[in-house]
Amino acid sequence: MKIMHCPLNGPRNISEFVHGGEVREMPNPATCSDREWADYVFYSDNQAGVITEWWLHAPSGYWFIAERHTVTDEILKTYDPSEIFNQRVEFSKEDAAAPKEATA
Amino acid sequence: MPFSLLKYGLNNDYPFEKDADLPVPSELKSSYDVVIIGAGGHGVATAYYLAKYHGITNVAVLEKGYLGGGNTARNTAVIRSNYLTSEGVKFYSESVRMFKELSHEFDFNIMYTERGQLTLAHTDAAVRSFRQRTEVNKHFGGRTELIGPKEIQELVPTLNMNPAHMPVLAGLWHLDGATARHDAVAWGYAKGATQRGVELHQLTEVTDVIVENGKVTGVKTNRGTIKCGCAIQAVAGHSSLMAAKAGFRMPITTYPLQAMVTQPVKPFLDPLVSSSALHCYVQQTSRGEIVFGGGSDPYPLYNTRSTLELKESLLAHAIEMFPFMANLRLMRQWAGITDMTSDYSPIMGLSPVENYYLDAGWGTWGFKSTPICGKTMAELVASGGKVPDLIAPFAMDRFDVFRQVNEMGATAASH
Repeated sequence: MKIMHCPLNGPRNISEFVHGGEVREMPNPATCSDREWADYVFYSDNQAGVITEWWLHAPSGYWFIAERHTVTDEILKTYDPSEIFNQRVEFSKEDAAAPKEATA
Repeated sequence: MPFSLLKYGLNNDYPFEKDADLPVPSELKSSYDVVIIGAGGHGVATAYYLAKYHGITNVAVLEKGYLGGGNTARNTAVIRSNYLTSEGVKFYSESVRMFKELSHEFDFNIMYTERGQLTLAHTDAAVRSFRQRTEVNKHFGGRTELIGPKEIQELVPTLNMNPAHMPVLAGLWHLDGATARHDAVAWGYAKGATQRGVELHQLTEVTDVIVENGKVTGVKTNRGTIKCGCAIQAVAGHSSLMAAKAGFRMPITTYPLQAMVTQPVKPFLDPLVSSSALHCYVQQTSRGEIVFGGGSDPYPLYNTRSTLELKESLLAHAIEMFPFMANLRLMRQWAGITDMTSDYSPIMGLSPVENYYLDAGWGTWGFKSTPICGKTMAELVASGGKVPDLIAPFAMDRFDVFRQVNEMGATAASH
């Protein structure tokens, strides 16, 4: 079976993991337009190449980030989300700035 | 049955078709009225109806590989219309109706066989949803009924009525369910289109789409640049990549879907049988092989590789349904690249680029819509962008206004 390296649990079978979609910047739901929100929710670059995406190690409930090639199915790198998300993201305030740190 | 088949049957000579081959490919012209990107079933069907109903024959169908070599050759050839929404049922019913007439229309046997499709319900929730689908189907003239375990057992005596400890409670029995030879559909359309003057160029890859002032004016190919009045992309799994060349994004994610086939055995299974709880659909071909497939892979990929884990789970489920299959050998395995939308309905119609039309988002429901898709896309092109009512609900911008056409519950194997 294909092996994925979990940053927390080490090498595990791919069947233990759940794909969580591409890492991308979320617009501020309080201030963005419907079109911007639809773009965030539904639309995708859907690239053939290296993409950065969320994965969940289901048995341990641990979310992390992987860089994977969508043509060769090669997993190039996995790391803890704290490498990208190093600040608290504030959703509650209407005037809160959109999170800037999430970049694909 | 096409009459020519009867004629062949009574003929002493070997039934040889004189004009069986497609015309020898010519040089690309510098300009066409219509360029269709992708010579799968959908692309050539659109070309066929453009020529047949609208007299538009200055058309080039460009294909990077060969005719019908993508998902047209990789699907499991199921034709049905027992969907959930009225938009979906209307659209697919029309397709089933057209499929029935195709062999006559082409005078070429596409081996359309009406065998009925049976979907199994293992939960009360599934029974409720089947009841709804039955009523929606009947309302639009489809032949669908809800049947109980006794009738199911009579229809499919070899079926295990308690697979994976999930007893079969009811079945959605869709009498219009059918199968056809998928390659023949593409060949029939291609032949009909080229006989009417459409040019089919295989091994011609579109490398870029030329957009000027928000309007498509031509395409670049590996055989040179050509101008066009309008273009249609019908490239299935590669929809997002082609759209990127035209400069926009699509609400599509691309997943492989793996299917497989066993060695041939004596006929034992007439209807097409599927179970959404077991993520598996099973049918026996006219050659006796058992074809079965499941949902898409668990994560996006542009690759038709085979994985052991999907084989293991799919085989386990198929054997739960038909225990005797444990003694059979697997003969072939393959995968298609499916362009999945989040509501499991297609994307047809206009795009953000003027005169650039979309035929995409066909995920796992593309083959069964080939005729109606070709017909409505041809209408759209011939009218210069007036969207036919039948496909208006499938516009890409339905996602911008959160008006999805949810068919997720109506897939043969929920993904």
